[in-house]
Amino acid sequence: MSDEQPIFPEELTWERPDSSRIPFMVYTDEELHKKELERFFYRNHWNYVGLEAEIPNAGDFKRTVVGERSVIMVRDDDGSINVIENVCAHRGMRFCRARHGNRPDFVCPYHQWSYSRKGDLQGVPFRRGVKRDGKVEGGMPKDFKPADHNLTKLKVATRGGVVFASFDHDVESLEDYIGPKILAYFDRIFDGRELTILGYNRQRIPGNWKLMQENIKDPYHPGLLHTWFVTFGLWRADNKSEMKIDDHGRHAAMISTRGAAGKAGEVTDVSSFKDGMTLHDPRLVDIVPEDWWNGPTAVMTTIFPNVILQQQVNSVSTRHIQPRGHGEFDFVWTHFGFADDSADMTRRRLRQANLFGPAGFVSADDGEVIEFSQESFDSNPSHRTLVELGGREVGDTDHMVTETLIRGMYRYWRKVMEV
Amino acid sequence: MEFRDYYALSQLYTEYALAIDSGNWDDWPEFFIDECIYRLQPRENYERGFPLATLAFESKAMLKDRVYGVRETLFHDPYYQRHVVSAPAVRKWQKDRIESEANYAVFRTKLSEPSIVYNVGRYIDVVVRTSEGLKFASRECIYDTEMIPNSIIYPI
Repeated sequence: MSDEQPIFPEELTWERPDSSRIPFMVYTDEELHKKELERFFYRNHWNYVGLEAEIPNAGDFKRTVVGERSVIMVRDDDGSINVIENVCAHRGMRFCRARHGNRPDFVCPYHQWSYSRKGDLQGVPFRRGVKRDGKVEGGMPKDFKPADHNLTKLKVATRGGVVFASFDHDVESLEDYIGPKILAYFDRIFDGRELTILGYNRQRIPGNWKLMQENIKDPYHPGLLHTWFVTFGLWRADNKSEMKIDDHGRHAAMISTRGAAGKAGEVTDVSSFKDGMTLHDPRLVDIVPEDWWNGPTAVMTTIFPNVILQQQVNSVSTRHIQPRGHGEFDFVWTHFGFADDSADMTRRRLRQANLFGPAGFVSADDGEVIEFSQESFDSNPSHRTLVELGGREVGDTDHMVTETLIRGMYRYWRKVMEV
Repeated sequence: MEFRDYYALSQLYTEYALAIDSGNWDDWPEFFIDECIYRLQPRENYERGFPLATLAFESKAMLKDRVYGVRETLFHDPYYQRHVVSAPAVRKWQKDRIESEANYAVFRTKLSEPSIVYNVGRYIDVVVRTSEGLKFASRECIYDTEMIPNSIIYPI
């Protein structure tokens, strides 16, 4: 073997100056992972934390994460939403254990330090000591000021019922962050209508978190890996489609309009296509167009770094990416509907949810391919992946035969990571 | 309820588990009547009143569609599964209709890998008497397992 390239390189090296060949090492290195957390999750970026409809009433809270840090999203008395870090200012305990609930305040059970819904420190037991035999024993120093010991407060932005948070109070506005092009697709779903929560699915995927962003920036695979999409015309290479990417390359939308179902012809002449496939119960794809679609039957939006907004025909959800070290992430699906949905539409959304999630007809295998990619990356980080479909450049397209959105994400990644 | 009735119910639970662990997926829908409910739902959604299930089928025909998906369209790592099911507790006994429930644990074994606890929960069932013996009119699998280990392909 030559002495050129070790299997476990110390430095990240790119084969080309662009982002069309991605070193396996971006998925395997723990130091790079920490740098990603710093630069994408804790600084200069907005992170998805949830939907307003999850916490409708004052005092309602949901525990979730930003990056790998536990946070609490809570509805304040005036109806606004606060996001506070779940770390007691005293001894650092992750005090909130319930995942949801309603509370007048938050109390760390260890020493009963209590905090308001804004995260302000309210009470410190024995702050002024304990009086015994006319003498005061112990207590906090005289210069102890509760206001100096609040919970870490995140900056919060909401739009159309979706809640984002940032540890970085100097972050740009959410609207500037998403950018006008992708914001139009965001607003298409979240146009101010009241949302109703249908429920959650949770899975743990043994792969690097970026692979899930890439999965939803990859219009190449659905018509090949997911047989269902092809057979029922839901996502097919000959469908009318567009790929849109923001100016930075970090966010994207894959937009597609359902084509003819059934025989797929030459464009999908692939082994995964099932010519004779029909459903025993056609209600599984009982699709009814909705006015707000304005044409496209599917728009999959990736907001970097941690959320995917799904509209696949009548099924709508957010998918929250929660990293856990370089080689694993939790993937939390929140399916929702709209308050003005008819009972039939709700039933339809729930039925079509069978296509998605950890057991879904067109989603269970996404987790599988991510796991098997990560297996290769870990065993030989000196190698690289190839994303050259549709060229090596980055930009919008009016077709889906391209990996341009993945290239866009890594162009941005290289810039922010300075590698 | 006579002992032979309870014995028949107990057999149904055991045969179901053996069938879905055997890899003969076509056997699975045959445990249900045509107009049936099958739901695999996180306990969280069940207890909070959220209707979403991980899988929710409303007919034996849909179960057959799932079998087709398992066998033909869902790419996945091959694995064995093994169900361990408690004796059923009978909640309501009528002549031709039984409401019962049982605890279950499913272990998953992938090739060249040790066995892991895969999915743990409770079956909540409605069983009806048919000319072909006892069948499920409804089987809800309400699972505790907070994080699904990547995916669920085969029936629980």
